[in-house]
Amino acid sequence: MSATETQALLRVRGLTVAFPTARGNVDVVKSLDFDLARGSALGIVGESGSGKSMTSLAVMGLLPKGAIRTGSIEFDGTELTALREREMQSIRGDRIAMIFQDPLSSLNPYYTVGTQIAEAYRSHRRGVTRRQARAVAIEAMERVHIRDAARRVDHYPHQFSGGMRQRVMIAMTLSMEPDLIIADEPTTALDVTVQAQILDLLAEIRADTGAGLVLITHDLAVVSEVTDHIVVMRDGGLVEQGAAERIFCDPQEAYTRMLLDAVPRIDDEIGLLRTMTAAQEDR
Amino acid sequence: MTFTSTELEVEGATGGEPGGEPATASPPASGRRLARTFLRDRVAVACCVYILLIVLMALTAPLLVKLSGYGPLEFDQSAVDPNLGGLPLGWGGGIGAEHWFGVEPGSGRDIFARIVYGARVSMTIALLATALTSTLGIVFGLVAGYFGGRVDMLISRVMEFLMAFPALIFMIAVLSALPAENRQYLLVLVISFFGWPYLARIVRGQTMSIKEREFVESAKASGATSAQIIFKEILPNLTSTIIVMTTLAVPGYVGTEAGLSFLGVGVVPPTPSWGQMIASSVPWYAVDPAYFLFPGTFLFLLVLSFTVLGDRIRKIAESGEGRV
Amino acid sequence: MIRFLVNRLLGMAVVLFLVCLFTFVIFFVLSPDPAVQICGKNCSVEAIDQIRANLGLDQPFWAQFWTFISGLFAGRTYGTGANMIECAAPCLGYSFQSSQPVTDMILQRLPVSATVAIGAAVLWLLAGVGGGLISAVREGRFADRFITGLSLTGMSIPNYVLGLSLQFLLVVTLGWLPFPQAVPFGEDPAQWFANFLMPWIVLSIGAAAVYTRLTRANVIETLQENYVRTARAKGLSPGLVWRRHALRPALTPIVTIFGMDFAGLLGGALITETVFGLNGVGKLAADSITKNDQPVIMGVTLLAAFLVVVGNMVVDLLYTTIDPRVRVGSTA
Repeated sequence: MSATETQALLRVRGLTVAFPTARGNVDVVKSLDFDLARGSALGIVGESGSGKSMTSLAVMGLLPKGAIRTGSIEFDGTELTALREREMQSIRGDRIAMIFQDPLSSLNPYYTVGTQIAEAYRSHRRGVTRRQARAVAIEAMERVHIRDAARRVDHYPHQFSGGMRQRVMIAMTLSMEPDLIIADEPTTALDVTVQAQILDLLAEIRADTGAGLVLITHDLAVVSEVTDHIVVMRDGGLVEQGAAERIFCDPQEAYTRMLLDAVPRIDDEIGLLRTMTAAQEDR
Repeated sequence: MTFTSTELEVEGATGGEPGGEPATASPPASGRRLARTFLRDRVAVACCVYILLIVLMALTAPLLVKLSGYGPLEFDQSAVDPNLGGLPLGWGGGIGAEHWFGVEPGSGRDIFARIVYGARVSMTIALLATALTSTLGIVFGLVAGYFGGRVDMLISRVMEFLMAFPALIFMIAVLSALPAENRQYLLVLVISFFGWPYLARIVRGQTMSIKEREFVESAKASGATSAQIIFKEILPNLTSTIIVMTTLAVPGYVGTEAGLSFLGVGVVPPTPSWGQMIASSVPWYAVDPAYFLFPGTFLFLLVLSFTVLGDRIRKIAESGEGRV
Repeated sequence: MIRFLVNRLLGMAVVLFLVCLFTFVIFFVLSPDPAVQICGKNCSVEAIDQIRANLGLDQPFWAQFWTFISGLFAGRTYGTGANMIECAAPCLGYSFQSSQPVTDMILQRLPVSATVAIGAAVLWLLAGVGGGLISAVREGRFADRFITGLSLTGMSIPNYVLGLSLQFLLVVTLGWLPFPQAVPFGEDPAQWFANFLMPWIVLSIGAAAVYTRLTRANVIETLQENYVRTARAKGLSPGLVWRRHALRPALTPIVTIFGMDFAGLLGGALITETVFGLNGVGKLAADSITKNDQPVIMGVTLLAAFLVVVGNMVVDLLYTTIDPRVRVGSTA
């Protein structure tokens, strides 16, 4: 690991995503550059509509129909933009996994969570039996601290609470032991109390597996806890990027400062936030 | 379609930004743009033209009949061949300068005149039924959705009951038991009685969600009465839904009227109706196809025009909502 | 689950009871006096009174209604003495015009209506769901526009216009199909099939059009669901994503309307059966309207209502196994 530490896990250069419209192409991501070092965590921050979600979908190759992607996305030495759909499929889920914002709508209501965790595993690992996949699913659920996983594995998504559903989503990515996890607003749809737990879980998993993490959020407080490097985006373009500490203590751009002002100040504020949520919980 | 959806994606991706200037500025312009989109749609325009033509035909029926020379109830025995069981003389069921669309076998009544007068019946019944169902549907839907609770319970149960009913058979049963006078208005009543829940259900659902929006809350807070809120705040927001639903309802009622008349419980002869004309053409279809082809084509095109129009309006309304 | 079932059954019973009551009121209030009809012309007032008494028509409304309801479950008799007529258990009334219990008349015709309904249902499911899927896959392309246009046309063409046109075209002009003749399947399968082919087509066109649009809309909507994106993000092949994550949610709502449509059709396709002269329940109803044979019209109405209500319930029960959310939601 340490030998390859210097080589970036994800290297994005000049990434542009455009949609053709009646009034010509509209760029939703404009010539974006960033790197993610192996085993590190990167936060992409911006308001809704800043193009951060499109960036993550562009990396996954899951852009909506009609979108035009240009630029270079290099993952672990492989140029993703040059891959054929089939090859991309084998990377998706297996080496790059993604967690979405709304865990309820992101899980299929018609299948048990066990089935949904296991199906990815079975489709990437040939010759895995149903029973083995199920065991993997249970193990993954245990790793995200879902109690009574052996029983819960047969439950449907609507039988879980919001936070538990997001744990299921994380378990789904975990079962594949990916090199890179992209989490798109993983805590936005959750209660404040649960948010902290999910962030803790993400941090724990990263420490356990050494996977890289791209965390996309509009909430600077969230990235401050988990990531070491931050990219600030606005209107599809890069505002500034740098080490998390540097962005927080010495923001270069007015826009970043504005975002920061919207967040309670770091040091004691996180503590404050915690006590606030705790108080809320008591109610 | 793909085109629209990608456009929406872009809106979704870039919209929601604090600067909503284009969106707030657009409504008047987009109304005009919608009209322009609509006018550029050749199929929709063709449908409109056909519907207007039929309406015009219905309105000017007495005039048109004077022009063509034969009334809808006039017998013309010279146009049929008594030796062939009353089969019309000449090609295509007796089409010619004398009878533009030919004549009815047997009686020799002028088909053009009967089509023209039949249009009156079809349009009157369909439009009246649409007006009545829409009124009932909107009122009950709004009331159920807005007040909720017991009122909603009651209205919803009645709607479920009416929708569980085999409407066509029941309409037939009721109409067959009812006296024949004023059949046209009875038809409207019976059709509306079973028709209103379909619109009411949708209005109810939308009212329930609109009720929770901020502008309704603020109206409530500023002391507006329920009636004011319902008619000034909620109803305007339902306009596009109502327009779409009513346009889509008209063809249904045109078809229902024709179907009921076809089955002999609709418009009472000798008043002409398209459905009834088709019904009386059944014994003749093999030897005199023109007899059912004329009313059949007119009916089919009218229903098709309304259906296509409703479909186009729905699409435009939907894309309009996605935009604004 | 059992509580759910009991609740549903009770609800169904209430609806059916209301349907009976409603129908009965309408006929009680509106229909011309059956006694006068039975008696015929040149009938004395005494004779009419006699018939009324025999039929129990002199009884108050509720008594008559009770007799009717109990007739449904326990059977009833009409008249007394030598003229007494038995009407066995599910007694829907007695047609004096054809001197037959309504139940028997309906049962005789049910097989034809069922044949028409089943054949049409198979056709419209295949055409509707198939067309909708193709349309959704080729969204915006030529095939989609073609199918959409076709379904709009199919929705707009009245049954009887299509029926007559087909008959004129296929039988009279082209001679591809023989003239319809009632034959049992065993005797002449080809003729039998030809008889039913056009009714099947005619009856299925409208529904197929509606199902096409529904399937298309559902599939397109489902493909935009977040869980479909999740499935793709997991690296599932497009085929798996389609089969497992898009198709099942998209097609489930079809089950609902299918159950109701099919049940409604079993109670007779009035117009289609009339156009093609098929001796089914629908034709029976249409003929009874012409003859003003009220007991039969009422019987058919009740049967149709019964089938729709039962169909609804079957769909609800089916839903508890197809849609996991309903299964648990109902027991909780």
